[in-house]
Amino acid sequence: MSSHTAAAHASGAHGAHGHDDGHAHVHYTTTGLDNRKIAIWTFIGSECMLFASLISTYLIYKGKSVVGPFPHEAWTSETGQVFKPILDIPVTSASTFVLLMSSFAMVLALQAVQLKGKPLAAGAGWWERIQRSSQFWLAATALMGATFLGFQAYEFTSFVHEGLTIKTNLFGSSFFTLTGFHGAHVTVGVLWLMTLLWIDRTRGLAGKNDELLVDICALYWHFVDVVWIAIFTLIYLIQ
Amino acid sequence: MATIATPTHAGSGSTAASAENTGIWSWITTVDHKRIGTLYLWTALFFFMVGGLEAVLIRTQLMRPNMGFVSAETYNQLFTMHGTTMVFLAVMPLSAAFFNYLIPLQIGARDVAFPRLNAFSYWVYLLGGIFITLPILFQIAPDGGWFGYAPLTTNQFSAGPNIDFWVIGLQILGVSSLAAAFNFITTIINLRAPGMSLMRLPMFTWMSFVVQFLLVLAFPPITVALVFLLFDRFFGTTFYSIAAGADPLLWQHLFWVFGHPEVYILILPAFGLVSEVLPTFSKKPLFGYNVMVYSGIMIGFLGFGVWAHHMFAVGMGAVADSIFATMTMLIAIPTGVKIFNWIATMWAGEIRFTVPMKFAIALIAMFTIGGISGVMHSSAPADLQQTDTYFIVAHFHYVLFGGSIMGIFAGIYHYYPKMTGRFMNEGLGNVHFWLNLIGMNLTFFPMHFSGLLGMPRRVYQYDAGQGWDLFNLMSTYGTYLLVVATAVFIWNFVRSRTTGAVASGDPWGAATLEWSIPSPPPEYNFAKIPTVTSRSPLWDLKHPEMSAGADHSAADSAAIEAAHSTPMHEETETYTAKELGIPMPFPTAKPLFTAVGMVVMFSGLLFLRNGMFAVSMTITLTGAAMLIGGLYAWLTAPLE
Amino acid sequence: MSHDAKHDGHAEHHHPTGNQYLTIAIILTAITVVEVWAYYIPSLVASPLFNPALLFMSAVKFAIVCLFYMHLKFDHKLFRVVFTGSLIIAMCTLMALMFLFGKVSL
Repeated sequence: MSSHTAAAHASGAHGAHGHDDGHAHVHYTTTGLDNRKIAIWTFIGSECMLFASLISTYLIYKGKSVVGPFPHEAWTSETGQVFKPILDIPVTSASTFVLLMSSFAMVLALQAVQLKGKPLAAGAGWWERIQRSSQFWLAATALMGATFLGFQAYEFTSFVHEGLTIKTNLFGSSFFTLTGFHGAHVTVGVLWLMTLLWIDRTRGLAGKNDELLVDICALYWHFVDVVWIAIFTLIYLIQ
Repeated sequence: MATIATPTHAGSGSTAASAENTGIWSWITTVDHKRIGTLYLWTALFFFMVGGLEAVLIRTQLMRPNMGFVSAETYNQLFTMHGTTMVFLAVMPLSAAFFNYLIPLQIGARDVAFPRLNAFSYWVYLLGGIFITLPILFQIAPDGGWFGYAPLTTNQFSAGPNIDFWVIGLQILGVSSLAAAFNFITTIINLRAPGMSLMRLPMFTWMSFVVQFLLVLAFPPITVALVFLLFDRFFGTTFYSIAAGADPLLWQHLFWVFGHPEVYILILPAFGLVSEVLPTFSKKPLFGYNVMVYSGIMIGFLGFGVWAHHMFAVGMGAVADSIFATMTMLIAIPTGVKIFNWIATMWAGEIRFTVPMKFAIALIAMFTIGGISGVMHSSAPADLQQTDTYFIVAHFHYVLFGGSIMGIFAGIYHYYPKMTGRFMNEGLGNVHFWLNLIGMNLTFFPMHFSGLLGMPRRVYQYDAGQGWDLFNLMSTYGTYLLVVATAVFIWNFVRSRTTGAVASGDPWGAATLEWSIPSPPPEYNFAKIPTVTSRSPLWDLKHPEMSAGADHSAADSAAIEAAHSTPMHEETETYTAKELGIPMPFPTAKPLFTAVGMVVMFSGLLFLRNGMFAVSMTITLTGAAMLIGGLYAWLTAPLE
Repeated sequence: MSHDAKHDGHAEHHHPTGNQYLTIAIILTAITVVEVWAYYIPSLVASPLFNPALLFMSAVKFAIVCLFYMHLKFDHKLFRVVFTGSLIIAMCTLMALMFLFGKVSL
């Protein structure tokens, strides 16, 4: 687990229940913004440097591995064993698409919480109706996130099967560390989403404070997606 | 379940008779930024003495040529721990003590944005500090230098557990700093009193604000570098393995991308403290406030672009060397500007040479000396001779001891009355100051010479007759003098809590909000959140002739009028939070519990390399369970 | 004494609608399809345009998610400053490291 995630959660992922809307104890703020939103953006700024360092290392070591397997080229070992290029673009494209769509679901989840209490227009169709279900979209986001993790698990195990472990070479070390850290972030995000879903199922998410709770989770989630956009291009597509 | 925590303070100050929380448990469960700042201060002073002891042992070994006072391996542990302790366990937490205590007071807030996260930061620091210091008692302390260059620190060359403590310990400490940084950034942005625009922030808070951003952006690279080293050592990855084609410079670059902003993290708070002390004891506003702010921001920003000046001798090539040399020379400009502004602040002022003022002035002089040698290093060709010699040691001790430490001493003497309601003894303070100044110069000035004559760093013995003997002897005597100075200080610090002269809310006639409340402050800080009318809000009210030059808008003038006609609570009156209807956060041990869980989780790793997999897993999982459980309890409990 | 928030930080500024979010999702998908499709055209991959084009497309996706999904376009300027500032320092550090390790030349 990244040393950042503890701080991220501690900075108010769920907030205090004492701040429910019906019990409005509102604190003065200079900007009118919620403290937790400022904190999460600062955290995201920090994470930019974290992933930039990990990505830099991957790029520095690109092409420098003494032995294979390699990402985009085939390689024959001294013992005559043949390794094909190990990255699987079709599979990863699929997982990238899933993660990208999960951001869409996340945005709709936040919107659903924001729309709570607003009356549905007359003659609203299924699309308008489904946009009102925060539980649906939170679950969808979590499910897609979990699917992405499933793809990652598949990828990692098949790589190991094909002879690439975290110890094999510079590529293995930097690849598994970078994508592993990303995957750990996704995992934290999925757990966070499931917690929000559980809260929604038990007491229901509605009101300004709950919107903020979902908003913070959403920002984290989108950032994790955005990092993957960078990783997918820099590691998988660029050769 | 709710307990109103009204801290007791040694000596006078709080006359509020109400439910008091005294004793260890109140300190363990505190979420009050002032108490947390006090905890940081005491702990950091303790570690300052630990690091000082390590220095004494180093200097004793080097007193004469070829001494056998300690072995080479012990010597390695000593200089590693001296550096690690001073940087991570002394100077940074001393700054943190002031961040914690002062920032909410200076911006007119009742606490930081996330009080429990604040407590968590302290406990992680304490536990991390113990974690990384304990090994020295068993002679397995980290021994790879405070900057732990890989591949030296990989398993191949450092087979023992020493480096494991260092890697894991620094990761733990990093969490503490990062958590605090998120907290203070949010606090400074969002909890400023009405009227306190950013350009009215007190200089200490401004410099601290810059530092928090430096922390947030500089710690991730070292986190990554440490992760790589940790993975190499525990999981057999190849990040620093030359045989696998790794680049020996990867560690150095990642470390110094952190390391250079780190030194600005170390100095800027001290600069901020000086900027508070000088105007107060010159009875003049700070000269060139705007420029001071912009130069601080420039230093922070440029500080990310100079890191490879620590690597001029590794062979990066002429282009890289030139770029980093130029950037380094550039950064001397905003720094130098500050020196001139401080001098201009004092110029034609009504100077009172109190102890804090002496330390502040000494910082200007000592830091300038350190800055001059720094500029000398910035020339890549010149640095080829200077690097890894005592010339560098001289430079950074002038800026860190003569700069950071002296600035922090200035801050301690200046703010002690606010924190405790009593003055530190001025006579003893003067003794401390002069012994310190003489001792510091006696220790570090000769190092310029031995360094240029070729004495290398980090070597436990040297042969006679190379021209270094006298300089080393002088340095060692200087160190012993510093020991005496520090002892005087500690004695004064501890004793004055009970015997010092009583201090009012504003004993120095200062300008900023923290002096508008009683000494020591009540737990809620401000009975009424003030309206800030200029950069010197207290002078506006009490010494209007001092802030006559300030730009007061119509609203400001109206606010000053209102404050005069309906005065804030008199400094000597204090009420409890309950009496005033101010909700206070609940004290809680959950941050401590969570911190313990996290540290235990990390500690489990120590057993991995010894093949004790089951033990390691048990400990790690127990720690993780505590961490998650603690977090859950913390996040679902209301703050107040 | 409690104080009211200065103003409602969640005031009704413009929110994209669900349909607009859907449009954005389609755009993001389209760009991704183009990226992957380009990967399978050997002549494109070999050309010096390939890397810059991919980087550009990713940057566009990155920006779209940040501006719209993360709401940076519509929110308080503070967040834009904090994020872009951090991103700039991160990017500059990455590029400096690329240069220092000989991966790009000036």
